[in-house]
Amino acid sequence: MLIHFTLNAKPVAVDVAPHDLLADVVREKLGLTGTHVGCDTSQCGACVVHIDGRSVKSCSTLAVTLEGANVTTIEGLASPSGQLHPMQQAFHEQHGLQCGFCTPGMVMSAVDFATRNPNPTAAEAAAGIEGNFCRCTGYQNIVKSVIAGAAAMRAAK
Amino acid sequence: MQSFEYLRPTTLTEVGGMLGKMGEARPLAGGMTLIPAMKLRLAAPTALVDLSGLPELAGIKSDGKTVTIGAMTKHADVAASADVRKLIPALAALAGGIGDAQVRNRGTLGGSIANNDPSACYPAAVLGLGATVVTNRRRIAADSFFTGMFETALAPGEIVTAVAFPVPSAAAYEKFRSPASRYALVGVFVAKTTSGVRVAVTGAAPCVFRASAIEAILNEKFSAETLASLRFPADGLNSDLHGDAQYRAQLVGVLVKRAIAKLI
Repeated sequence: MLIHFTLNAKPVAVDVAPHDLLADVVREKLGLTGTHVGCDTSQCGACVVHIDGRSVKSCSTLAVTLEGANVTTIEGLASPSGQLHPMQQAFHEQHGLQCGFCTPGMVMSAVDFATRNPNPTAAEAAAGIEGNFCRCTGYQNIVKSVIAGAAAMRAAK
Repeated sequence: MQSFEYLRPTTLTEVGGMLGKMGEARPLAGGMTLIPAMKLRLAAPTALVDLSGLPELAGIKSDGKTVTIGAMTKHADVAASADVRKLIPALAALAGGIGDAQVRNRGTLGGSIANNDPSACYPAAVLGLGATVVTNRRRIAADSFFTGMFETALAPGEIVTAVAFPVPSAAAYEKFRSPASRYALVGVFVAKTTSGVRVAVTGAAPCVFRASAIEAILNEKFSAETLASLRFPADGLNSDLHGDAQYRAQLVGVLVKRAIAKLI
């Protein structure tokens, strides 16, 4: 089935089978491999993208259901000139990553979270990324990054 | 996952027909249980009827006495709803504690109760508040809706369209969640309603149930002290690697007391 949606601010049309998962479609059919597949059982959060501005696990989303939707992946966060999103910059500055595999999902969850909670406490930030696992267990710096990124997003408004 | 036919009705009338004529057709709500189950091949429907093209199934309405929540309303929207937070804060808190943020952004009330997972949170609220489940054919009282493990009173071709929650004078939900799955190992919903105290327990048994012995005690006197000597029976409760029946029975008592502590 041919579906049409907006991907990172650009219209796309892609032919998908009903059982194709969004994670596989963006990685394999649209060539955007920043979205990672970790557990493939909707637990680890490495595959988080935004659908209509809300974070979702793309490994548990059928691409065929997205006709007309607005999808943002990690590749769509930085400005076209290459300037990082304030949340990406915060992860960079606070060293909110170790191996980096979970980072795209962490950042996507953090952006959605900080949009709804612009001034989080450490406990709120930790709860906000509950759906994302870092198997390097680097959570301390990730939580610092989320708080710093939220502050930078506030300042950028 | 095995392939299937994808159907996206735009009117409620079409839904019944689509579900009825296909052999193993299943309605698709948020997909937070169904899609993982299909990936594991625990479910292999021949067709999915996507309910997301029916905007009338989503939304929250209130007249002050009843809060009616559309079946396709997402957990995040229930958690954030000013009406729900004001009138039934325990329900908003319950919705805000389901799964993780991403599950709450996709998962729906109707999908949760139609699936009736033994450890799901929403069935405890629906039963605890004595809500009415509205379907495309009839209205079903919560007491008759949940019939067994993953089983409900829904007939083939019948879908949940909304749930009407009567506003209680007070309510609280307490759960002890599995740190891995975030499902309730045991969850207890206590509500003071016009027809007395209702206590619904999820996670402990194959299906959500009312703890009538505890309700009787609380209807005599609403205090945690009156439950001090209560030993909740472990008969019929689940035993698995997360906890045996005795452990779950103990949790029921502890969580009821915690819920009462919130309400006094």
